[in-house]
Amino acid sequence: MSTIVLTEDHHGSTAVRDWSGPAPKRIVTGYGFWIFILSDMVMFSAFFATYAVLLGQTAGGPSGRDLFDLRNVAIETGFLLASSFTCGLATIAADARNKIWFQAAMAVTCAFGLAFLTIELREFSSLVARGAGPTRSAFLSAFFTLVGCHGMHVSAGILWLLTMMAQVYAKGFRADIQRRILCFALFWHALDIIWIAVFTVVYLLGSAK
Amino acid sequence: MTNGHDEAFHDIDLAPGDEHAEGGIAERVLGYLTGLGLAVLLTATSFFVAGTDLVWEPSIPVALVVLAIAQMGVHLVFFLHITTGADNTNNVLALAFGILIVVLVMTGSLWIMANLNHNMMPMDQLMRMQR
Repeated sequence: MSTIVLTEDHHGSTAVRDWSGPAPKRIVTGYGFWIFILSDMVMFSAFFATYAVLLGQTAGGPSGRDLFDLRNVAIETGFLLASSFTCGLATIAADARNKIWFQAAMAVTCAFGLAFLTIELREFSSLVARGAGPTRSAFLSAFFTLVGCHGMHVSAGILWLLTMMAQVYAKGFRADIQRRILCFALFWHALDIIWIAVFTVVYLLGSAK
Repeated sequence: MTNGHDEAFHDIDLAPGDEHAEGGIAERVLGYLTGLGLAVLLTATSFFVAGTDLVWEPSIPVALVVLAIAQMGVHLVFFLHITTGADNTNNVLALAFGILIVVLVMTGSLWIMANLNHNMMPMDQLMRMQR
């Protein structure tokens, strides 16, 4: 809560100062997690830079134009975008303290996330089966590192999602659980933002060259 | 005077990802729906531009990058609720710093590597020298 503190400085004049005290824990936690997400994006930017530098280094092997199936990527993008939307619905349900809607929205988010991961893993395995694994060329190493790193983030996000469903089921919408839901939603939406960069830089620009 | 101070007290910061409490549930769902609609539109445009012959070809990479940045903006505003409001200043400043580092890493790497690549001796001459 805020109070006004009247202080007198060295020159004897009176200054009015706002004294609002420490920020609520929800803001401190959310802000800290926001910093983590931004640092995660900085890490991804290094992978993106590596991919962009190594895009042409195919060592005589297949290039992006030969390998990428843009229809698959469009479906993946649709699933991840839809999951971001249902994650937003789960946030609203959590704020409204509606358990049924929260669990339903989270379950749909989980299903979309798993569909995304399934398509991605099928793409990876078909690439490896065609002899275009990460050891084939510098371009493919960079591709598997970048896209795989995003896929690992999605996998971790799904584990976190299931944990949040279980925690809400067992403990209800306690203040600490609500803070975790806030952080989870930030994480999930941030993954979708990184995916925008992935489908643009890796797939669309990568298959244009 | 008192009014001004009351306003300052209500001007409490927002956690990143939080929305203003005033909006009802229907209003908030509508916000997410707007974001989803814009994102679908931008994504569809990206995929269309990448695969079409209707657009002048050298402009395609630039168009794709612009569309991607626009869509990131849509996600930030409608899904993460990072806005330009006074209660969001800290979140926006952290984001601005993150973007600065990301831009430095990306353009710096591409610039330096392109320069090295340009100045490097062709591979066959290099191999001949090593013999």
